[in-house]
Amino acid sequence: MTVEPILVMQGICKSFPGVNALKNAQLRLFPGEVHALMGQNGAGKSTLIKVLTGVETPDAGEIRLNGQAISPACVGEAQKMGITAVYQEINLCPNLSVAENIFIGRFPMRAIGIDWKTIEHQAAAELAALNIHIDVSLPLASYPVAIQQMVAIARALTTEAQVLILDEPTSSLDEGEVERLFQALRQLKQKGMAIVFITHFLDQTYAIADRITVLRNGEFIGEYPASTLSRLDLINTMVGREINEASYAANSSAQAASVADKPYVSARGLGSTGGMHPFDLDLYRGQVTGLGGLLGSGRTETARLLFGIDRADSGTIRVDGHAVKLNSPRQAVRYGIAFCPEDRKNEGIVADLSIRENIILALQARRGIFHYLPKRAQSAIAEQYIEQLGIRTSDAEKPIGQLSGGNQQKALLARWLATDPKMLILDEPTRGIDIAAKLEIMELVKAQCKKGLAILFISSEMSEVLRVSDRIAVLRDRQKIGEIAGHDADEQNVFRMIAGAEA
Amino acid sequence: MKRLPTTWRDLARHPLFWPGVTLVLLCLVNVYFNRSFFAIEIKSGHLYGSVIDILNRAAPLMLVAMGMTLVIATRGIDISVGATVAISGAVVASLIGGSLIIQNGVQTYVSNVPMPLAIIAALAVALLCGLWNGLLVAGAGMQPIIATLILMVAGRGIAQLITEGQIVTVYYEPFFIIGNGFLLGIPVSLYIVALVLAIMLLLIHRTALGLFIESVGINPVAARFSGISARALVFWVYAFCALTAGIAALIITSNVKSADGNNAGLLLELDAILAVTLGGTSLAGGRFSIMGSLLGSLIIQTLTYAIYSLGVPPEINMVVKALVVFGVCLIQSEALRAMLGKHLFRTGEAA
Ligand SMILES: Nc1ncnc2c1ncn2[C@@H]1O[C@H](COP(=O)(O)OP(=O)(O)OP(=O)(O)O)[C@@H](O)[C@H]1O
Ligand SMILES: [Mg+2]
Repeated sequence: MTVEPILVMQGICKSFPGVNALKNAQLRLFPGEVHALMGQNGAGKSTLIKVLTGVETPDAGEIRLNGQAISPACVGEAQKMGITAVYQEINLCPNLSVAENIFIGRFPMRAIGIDWKTIEHQAAAELAALNIHIDVSLPLASYPVAIQQMVAIARALTTEAQVLILDEPTSSLDEGEVERLFQALRQLKQKGMAIVFITHFLDQTYAIADRITVLRNGEFIGEYPASTLSRLDLINTMVGREINEASYAANSSAQAASVADKPYVSARGLGSTGGMHPFDLDLYRGQVTGLGGLLGSGRTETARLLFGIDRADSGTIRVDGHAVKLNSPRQAVRYGIAFCPEDRKNEGIVADLSIRENIILALQARRGIFHYLPKRAQSAIAEQYIEQLGIRTSDAEKPIGQLSGGNQQKALLARWLATDPKMLILDEPTRGIDIAAKLEIMELVKAQCKKGLAILFISSEMSEVLRVSDRIAVLRDRQKIGEIAGHDADEQNVFRMIAGAEA
Repeated sequence: MKRLPTTWRDLARHPLFWPGVTLVLLCLVNVYFNRSFFAIEIKSGHLYGSVIDILNRAAPLMLVAMGMTLVIATRGIDISVGATVAISGAVVASLIGGSLIIQNGVQTYVSNVPMPLAIIAALAVALLCGLWNGLLVAGAGMQPIIATLILMVAGRGIAQLITEGQIVTVYYEPFFIIGNGFLLGIPVSLYIVALVLAIMLLLIHRTALGLFIESVGINPVAARFSGISARALVFWVYAFCALTAGIAALIITSNVKSADGNNAGLLLELDAILAVTLGGTSLAGGRFSIMGSLLGSLIIQTLTYAIYSLGVPPEINMVVKALVVFGVCLIQSEALRAMLGKHLFRTGEAA
């Protein structure tokens, strides 16, 4: 039986000033399949998607939908042809309500005006199908990134489409949510929809994908049935050289770093009304402390309290033995605390500024306005980190907004490493980072830790938390329920602890 | 686009390219109707000519536009600068005033209060206006347009109170130097602009001020999370903007030798905002260009000059001005250029 592909992209080329983002890339989609588009950061996955949905105009190449050549000029046009996408960077309207976001542009109409009742009911129902139960009349911005991501997905799922594209939709979701998303995708697949799925989580690729297309440096490398391509082969094809995941995977905390005997930061009874219940937490230099917990358990809130973003109503913080007040990030930075936020686009990057400026921003803020780093020193620092973290860019003067998602994340890490911090809070630092870079970054973090950095590590991937942490503080419902030493911890343990607190 | 050599393309991408082109075009229009537009004579030791006149008249606008640029770069706006000019002007005029006395048989004018003191007082009052705005925007978190609307409305009333509802005339001659005097043949007001410009460029390029302002304008949250005290920065930016308005007030008051609470600096805020936009700084904040704003101010003044020298009837000269401004903004619109580019590209491909 030969099924005709529903969509064929062929010979697609796209270059931006200084980069060839796509060189002769191709993609074939069949009805009723989930197709994983894989590749390292900057491989050109998002660009290929943007070409398909009319966000970018290709320099060359053709797109055929059901045999017809198409060249969508904008997202709206692509949508009319039946191509819907959820982009990597959430692009909903934060001020509008959740329901409005789901239905914007296609509000059901009544005789007079918009039928708000129906909208709210339907929106709630769509989200309930993904097992999200929230008040859909509240503004989107009042929910965490994961929920926003689910809203973006719900919005895409409700449109009638032949081709659905999800560009790293799961980067901040926990396992339960991913599973629910997959259920929804399987249903759509049955209906004959073709789904493109981009992710850096290999487990997810194998759980859902039927076929895999690999891009490397903007080039098409191959198209494989998921069942015949082994995990190791997939990694090697993406990276273009041999990588041994296992050698990194071992919990290297056994090779003891010299842990300081006094905590660098020590919180006692720290809490805020409406936020975290009071908790105690000690962070030692030379040690990685992981925060374990589910979505909404208060991981990010904990980080924000320790970085002075949210004000604590109770408790004390001691830094290096001295009682301090952390009322603003500025003060926290002064005490050598650094924070990589989870919401890269809204809280991390300054999109129009160059990579160089983004990298030295925190260092400059710490030095103060009058101790300006000379341009040459700035460039030297930027070049050093671009090299060290492998940030893929033609030069340091490019606006950071033009980097691929993963490379932006690396630049943000560079921003904080450049301040030579004593303590580093990493909130989902490997979000959207490819497997090779993820391993590199974790190595780097470990190395910094051995040099005497205290690290607070947050990730929705429990396995990652377990792998890097020397100690795990377990959170549940904005409350710290206990701590487990790294070598005693496995996923079972942590989840049992979380479940135990429920009883 | 591809066929153009890269140097040309780079030139066209330069942020000052379009403002520059506009200014040159406007000058050409002027030359067409007035052959002696560029002619500069030396009369009694001063440079004299249309260009000098335009520069001199544009000085207050240039000053205010420079301050406004920083405000706009932080995603803000200050619509109270006109009112600030009125207040500062009223202060300096009332303090100096002047009367005729006969000293040793020679007629001289003396000021009520020593001139340096009066100038410092006027600038201090302007600064106060800015601190008030800064407090509302950065301290109380009000929307900039609303926060500065308060002073815009109240300011002229305050100026009236200071002048007791009168137009205050200044008789003290040394004060006229600021707005009418020449130094080495060049108008004194231009030295003031140059001084403020030099200070600003120094602050922007030799300290982290430019970087911080742009970060706060592009992404305030990310800037704050990087350890920049965004609030303090915004606060001082409003203060500085009002200070430039205060300096402009000195020039304006000196130039017309009087302070009129109702009309001094009227609509100056709009011209300043326009100058900043014409100069290529986006109202959405972020990347900014002081030089662009200077060009923008000159565009506005040259346009005004052209309209007058063409003898456009006063009833419609606002309309002409609006049309030109509309055209310039259209040329500078990214979206329009992208659309044109796409269109040309597609038809080119089809052909
Ligand atoms: N608007 C742009 N201007 C200039 N360069 C760009 C632009 N968008 C993308 N690029 C460059 O094109 C290349 C491909 O980027 P793309 O975003 O498609 O990567 P990706 O495969 O999606 O990576 P990631 O996994 O990190 O999301 C990168 O080198 C990026 O810097
Ligand atoms: Mg991408």
